[in-house]
Amino acid sequence: MPVVETPVTLTPSDAGLTDAEVHRIRNDFPILGTEVNGKPLVYLDSGATSQNPVSVMEAEQEFYEQRNAAVHRGAHTLAVEATDAYEDARAAVARFIGARTDELVWTSNATEGINLVAYAMSNAAAGRGGDAARRFAVGPGDTLVVTEMEHHANLIPWQELAARTGAELRFLPVDDDGALRLEEAAAVITPATKLVAFSHASNVLGTINPVAEIVRLAQSVGALTLLDACQSVPHLPVDVKDLDVDFLVFSGHKMLGPTGIGALYGRAELLNAMPPFLTGGSMITTVTMERAEYLPSPNRFEAGTQRISQAVALGAAANYLAETGMSRVEAWESALGARLVEGLGAIPGIRVLGPRAGVPRIGLAAFDVDGVHAHDVGQFLDDRGIAVRVGHHCAQPLHRRFGLTATTRASTYLYTTTDEVDAFLEAVAHVRPFFGAN
Amino acid sequence: MSTGLEQLYQQIILDHAKARHGSPLREYDGAGRVGESHQLNPVCGDEITLRAGVADGTLTSVTWDGAGCAISMASASVLTDLVQGLPRDEVIALVDAFREVLRSRGRIEADEEVLGDAAAFSGVSRFPARVKCAMLAWVALEESLLAANA
Repeated sequence: MPVVETPVTLTPSDAGLTDAEVHRIRNDFPILGTEVNGKPLVYLDSGATSQNPVSVMEAEQEFYEQRNAAVHRGAHTLAVEATDAYEDARAAVARFIGARTDELVWTSNATEGINLVAYAMSNAAAGRGGDAARRFAVGPGDTLVVTEMEHHANLIPWQELAARTGAELRFLPVDDDGALRLEEAAAVITPATKLVAFSHASNVLGTINPVAEIVRLAQSVGALTLLDACQSVPHLPVDVKDLDVDFLVFSGHKMLGPTGIGALYGRAELLNAMPPFLTGGSMITTVTMERAEYLPSPNRFEAGTQRISQAVALGAAANYLAETGMSRVEAWESALGARLVEGLGAIPGIRVLGPRAGVPRIGLAAFDVDGVHAHDVGQFLDDRGIAVRVGHHCAQPLHRRFGLTATTRASTYLYTTTDEVDAFLEAVAHVRPFFGAN
Repeated sequence: MSTGLEQLYQQIILDHAKARHGSPLREYDGAGRVGESHQLNPVCGDEITLRAGVADGTLTSVTWDGAGCAISMASASVLTDLVQGLPRDEVIALVDAFREVLRSRGRIEADEEVLGDAAAFSGVSRFPARVKCAMLAWVALEESLLAANA
């Protein structure tokens, strides 16, 4: 029995999941049937971390029970089976995003993927990688461009790269409706720009960014592009070749997989020209006491013993999503997002960040409750079994731009029901009266 | 409404969260020494700047500016009422007693004789994620006293 099953062909369909299907899907997620504070769990924090279906947990358990061994070393049967499981998972996840298998590098999470590129660029700036790596080198006079809506994970690594190399970090601002101010892009993305790093979908605003337009601008000045796809790969169909980005990162635990595993996609010719970030065992060809030669991608970037069982489980998660159909997941969540925004907008004293009702957004909404701190909102909802995220959602500059320090965020997934969204909305309506906010 | 939420958000806490005794922050123009501390909870962004004036071993003034949840703001307000005019050593003992209750996960009941209105925060100890909120002003006071070196 193969550890990773071949996904069924996607049925192209504009129709989203149906209520009945979502209820069937929920049966695959044991945790969704539990109670919190004596109430049925209403899990609206999938934007932070998603829940795992049984097939994902079984894939990990099956690996440990039947195939556990070090991969890419050792000639015994288990080592071969473990390597097959590990590489099958890579193929499944690569296929899920339209990448070639050698273009999919395992990382711990998206944060590590971004740091990998940032440190590889830093190493190139220090002369590592020779002529082939020169296009990754940045220094004084060069600019790195991000956006004002980035998660700290797609901001701080670039701040640090700028600080190490003398390059300048610039950003595309966000307008009042949570859209990028592209009219300013021509002034920000210039021939000095070496990299444009931006999110596909905002983890706070729910905004879906115009990737094609930003990629076109970046390409017109010869800049590399890196897409933070943490909130898109789990929720909508993503094809890296259609998007035409140079790098793309995402995390496993936000797409029904376990924690501790994520991936970096990079164009093969770029990955093979880029100096490594972490170095050590398993990523080399020849080593002397003075120097080492490196393997091509993806092994070049996978030093040391890898997250094998997590990779296998993430492969199972990608297959689960592919079998369900990402366009149908997208349509379902888009409807939930619209329901959230419209429902929240009808409650007095609630200000929703991001696109207005009627404008596309992913299935999440972050909002401010006038007179009540987000932490208190979250506590009130938790008492009713409703799990949401409160705080700055790792996007302090974005919150500051909207004059806020913290918001409450409800985020959905393919297993979220309309009843859950309605229960959440009903609870939010009671928040201000409870705290006496007028 | 479950008892859990009502234990956490007692009326006295909701009232103090609005009344905010001791806020805003004021210049200290009294005798003795003054110390100040800024505390930030990076998890939720709760923030407080607290200034303490100490003269002859007595805490003569506590004022503060803050932004944050009901628990953190009410705690600062209650703290202000509780400690003004007390000997410094008593203040330190109160902070220690409050910390012990809050970190007890519900095992230690606050002594209302000692902690007064601050005993209302006993319920917070059952919500580990909120302990920092309730402690914010108290830590700021502790640090202010250190800064005043009094």
